[in-house]
Amino acid sequence: MKQFLTFVRKEFYHVFRDRKTLLILFGLPVAQILLFGFALTNEIRNARIAVFDEARDEASAAIISKIRAGKNFEVDRILSSYRQIEASFREGKVKLVVVFPRNFREDLLHRNKAQVQVLADASDPNTASTLTGYINSILLDYQQSLSPAAAMPYRIVTQTRMLYNPELKGATNFVPGVMALVLMLVCVLMTSVSIVREKENGTMEILLVSPINPFLVIISKAIPYFLLSLVNLAVILVLSVSLLDMPLNGSLLLLLAESSLFIITALALGLLISNTTASQQSAMLIALMGMLIPTMMLTGFMFPLENMPLPLQLISNIVPSKWYYIIVKSIMIKGLGFSAIWKETLVLLGMTAFLLLVSLKKFRIRLQ
Amino acid sequence: MADLLIQQLRKTYNKGATIAVDDVSFSVEQGALFGLIGPDGAGKTSIFRMLTTLLLPDSGTASVRGMDIVHDYKAIRKEVGYMPGKFSLYQDLTVEENLNFFATVFNTSVAENYSLIKDIYVQIEPFKTRKAGKLSGGMKQKLALCCALIHRPTVLFLDEPTTGVDTVSRKEFWAMLQQLKAQGITILVSTPYMDEATLCERIALMQSGRIMAIDTPERLVSAYPDRMYAIKAKDMSALLQELRHCGSLASCYAFGEYHHITFNNDNEVSRTALVQYFTEQGYKDLELKEIAPGIEDCFIRLMNYAGNSH
Repeated sequence: MKQFLTFVRKEFYHVFRDRKTLLILFGLPVAQILLFGFALTNEIRNARIAVFDEARDEASAAIISKIRAGKNFEVDRILSSYRQIEASFREGKVKLVVVFPRNFREDLLHRNKAQVQVLADASDPNTASTLTGYINSILLDYQQSLSPAAAMPYRIVTQTRMLYNPELKGATNFVPGVMALVLMLVCVLMTSVSIVREKENGTMEILLVSPINPFLVIISKAIPYFLLSLVNLAVILVLSVSLLDMPLNGSLLLLLAESSLFIITALALGLLISNTTASQQSAMLIALMGMLIPTMMLTGFMFPLENMPLPLQLISNIVPSKWYYIIVKSIMIKGLGFSAIWKETLVLLGMTAFLLLVSLKKFRIRLQ
Repeated sequence: MADLLIQQLRKTYNKGATIAVDDVSFSVEQGALFGLIGPDGAGKTSIFRMLTTLLLPDSGTASVRGMDIVHDYKAIRKEVGYMPGKFSLYQDLTVEENLNFFATVFNTSVAENYSLIKDIYVQIEPFKTRKAGKLSGGMKQKLALCCALIHRPTVLFLDEPTTGVDTVSRKEFWAMLQQLKAQGITILVSTPYMDEATLCERIALMQSGRIMAIDTPERLVSAYPDRMYAIKAKDMSALLQELRHCGSLASCYAFGEYHHITFNNDNEVSRTALVQYFTEQGYKDLELKEIAPGIEDCFIRLMNYAGNSH
């Protein structure tokens, strides 16, 4: 036991004395959260638009103020001629222009039909269609407020409710993904490198020629990274709940328990890599190419798995982060309990047992 | 019984393509200081790694204090001290932390065996809070020796402990080994430096995985069959070129500031003829003197002999 504690303490020395790695360890999750939260999101905020209001009446003013009130748009300029529309698109500052024709209110109230022209910069088609969607919903909203009881014959009213994420926030989708990514990266990469480092530095040679149980060496390596990963997890959770309004509907305890399981899976994977490679470089390459890319691609938070060809869907089943992603979404967003995720938990448990068994079998008590 | 008993040990790499250790046998008595002498690639490290149970031999057997290196590897690992050729301590841990760590690894404490390492440790104690990676070469080796000794091993394996260490530290290091030997620890040491061979009790001269000779350094030197001469002149490289074409010489090679030569027929006549020839050729400051052959001369002779017989 004393040996074990000494080993763990030694590992902490290694971690804390390597300032650069430490910075990456803790900087990475913060950077990822901020990146995905504010830069790489598919919601559009404060898109600059222009308005060309030929009507200048009550109705157009009401709609414009509705547009201004929302978070999505910022009315950059009020245009005064058609020619200016083209010019402002060319400048590139404006993503969309709304044009109210003359007699807008008159037409709306007396002829029951008015037109609004929406011009969007479709050089980025996704942004253009999202923005026109926003405008449409504002117009629809206004129309309904105008005549709530206007009974029209034969009307189908779609009532769409976005369950679990009514505001369609991007964070709910990517936070579980980032959690999986960061934990995977920290655990697999760091553990695999740290054991191979002992081989490269020759210290493994001395440790082998000693009464110590080699398995102890390996387990004590995993402990600091396990604890660091828990800290990382806490940082991610605090940041995403406080800064990005990520919901935490389920049990925090369950989430922590499941995360611990996932961390152990990742650690086992790192151990396996370090047992089968001879240099830090190859360990790092395998960890990055073999783990990071499948985690990004096949977890489901960047590209929906349902759209992938069948072989890729099948491969995604052996990516641990896919299961963890499902678990986190179920707990945090849907607020489900253990009964809903026991299958995924079982898969992770099975993977962990398998990985540990193989890496134990692969552990060499001698040099190659 | 001998502490180390090695019989026809053989080790190959790359599926037999590279022969690292070829049919090596020797034994080391308890409390002896035995040296494996040979250049890089002679197979010294492979022998160390097999004896410390880090590598399995292809064939042959070896035992450490009666324990078989293949079957009793766990018992051997508890008892021996090993210092690999490459500095293998934690560079980001301080001197003190390294020592404490290895003491714990071997289930002991620094205090328990302090008497054994005291003489060595006092030399590095002023730097005990310094990181091991920031020590000088000699200091590193002293620390590594302390770490290898911390559990009071009965057999000590030192693989090239003085490589890359300055002359003064090398001398100090060998003095420490003599002290350890006096305490009854069996020591197997390897070195590529021939001048260190005389500091061992018995040595094995190794080349290309084979042992060419095993004996005490004194007996190896006195068994040198020819009288040896050293020759010197102003233009040494031209002199060596011409010496190589001299029919009367059995061997010649550069050796420090002299060239070492032996004659086919060693007598006054052939020596005078040689000096006369080179003086006539215009070599200035020509000097020829008889010297006692050293271990390196023995090594070169054995190497040439082995080369010719192949």
